[in-house]
Amino acid sequence: MIPVCPTNALPPGEATRVEADEPIAVFNVDGELYAIDDTCTHQDASLADGWLDGCAVECPLHASCFDLRTGKVSGPPAKRPVRTHRVVVQDDMIYVLPHPAEEGAA
Amino acid sequence: MSATVAVIGASLAGLSAARALRARSYEGRIVVVGDEVHAPYDRPPLSKEFLAGTASLEDIALGAPDDEALGLEWRLGTRAVGLDRHTRSVVLDDGSELRADGVVLATGARARRLPGSDGLDGVHVLRSLDDAIALREDLASARRLVVIGAGFIGAEVASTARALGLEVTVVETQPVPLAGPLGADMGAVCAGLHADRGTRLLVGTGVAGLVGTGRVQAVELTDGTRLPADVVVVGIGAVPNTEWLADSGVALGNGVLTDARGATNLPGVVAVGDCAAAWSPAAERHVRIEHWTNALEQPATAAATLLGATTPAPAPPPYFWSDQYGARIQFAGARRDGDVTRVVEGSCAERSFLVVYERDGHPVAVLAMNQPRLFTRWRRQLRSAVPSAS
Repeated sequence: MIPVCPTNALPPGEATRVEADEPIAVFNVDGELYAIDDTCTHQDASLADGWLDGCAVECPLHASCFDLRTGKVSGPPAKRPVRTHRVVVQDDMIYVLPHPAEEGAA
Repeated sequence: MSATVAVIGASLAGLSAARALRARSYEGRIVVVGDEVHAPYDRPPLSKEFLAGTASLEDIALGAPDDEALGLEWRLGTRAVGLDRHTRSVVLDDGSELRADGVVLATGARARRLPGSDGLDGVHVLRSLDDAIALREDLASARRLVVIGAGFIGAEVASTARALGLEVTVVETQPVPLAGPLGADMGAVCAGLHADRGTRLLVGTGVAGLVGTGRVQAVELTDGTRLPADVVVVGIGAVPNTEWLADSGVALGNGVLTDARGATNLPGVVAVGDCAAAWSPAAERHVRIEHWTNALEQPATAAATLLGATTPAPAPPPYFWSDQYGARIQFAGARRDGDVTRVVEGSCAERSFLVVYERDGHPVAVLAMNQPRLFTRWRRQLRSAVPSAS
């Protein structure tokens, strides 16, 4: 498990980025926490810097949209989904459990 | 309902138009004609990751797996040479005619060339995939690069070439690069990135000509200076591809003239992307926008127009970005000379800032360097502010 931050450091509507083998973005949507790959699959941009709109995040660079619940592309130009990761809260700390890399994936 | 829509142009604007037609439940035939043999690809990486060799052709392909379901007919490697307004037929360079009920003009723009540079090896423009492949091959064995024009393409090529280890000189006729899009103050700040990374920038200097027989050897400036060059890149703007429409009856200016909804003066013919000069109610003139975001967003409106919608066109503020020397530059809005710039975050000296352009005390545009999160918020704010501001 990778520690992210204390729960009170990530209020609703906010996002943060944590370093992992592939960086991960963690979002607070009205109290629900979601974690996805931080790097947009279109071009190099951090989704934690993007715009949160309901359960979607819009990439800050080209406005590709991803569904935080599934990682699927909900708006172009991105073509490939991002991975989703499990979020765990223990003793007021947020942790992520990185999704194991797929075979053959970087 | 229309039985066939011909989309002329197979880059971002054309593909976006085809997607938008299907998103609007148009079920007829869609034929996409493209003069390049390549399937649609993304052009911005051509001066950056693709030129550097870190992005492949597959990486920059625009087609997504879902596009299979669009059922598009592709006519790639085929150039449109004429449009018959009466039969609404597009004449193709293979001699065939494509009869259509609706036509989307999306033929884009081409790089402007330096007069007298034809036939000289080592001289490049950068617009297409083939341009990028040729330039990449030439840079691999070059030591000195001269870039003519310090606009975004020129600056990005210079940045990529520096990272590849070349000696780079950029020549700009204007006293300040990027003064048109960013204003003189901010143009100077962004142009400062060249010196930060060891690129020589010469401003206020015209190019007299290219020196060399067979292959370029130097660039001669109007003050007589000769800049030795193994490779020269000419980045002096783009010209809309509209000559093929000269006899079509479609109204032309600096591009295909359309109303704010993408409609041309010919019924059933709309125009999108870099070839189109759309009426801007805010600017009170036709504006031809060459930004990537425009080619992505504008076709949704034009497709709706082609299918009969008449609701007002949404007009998100223009947005563009540029990546140079590791710095991310983003700009949104409509700037004019006389607007007041105010740094609201960071500092120009640190190459990390957000600047707001204000007119009569209201924000009209925003520029950021290495501030993507804050920029997104300002861009959103501008978008919601646009109707009341215009």
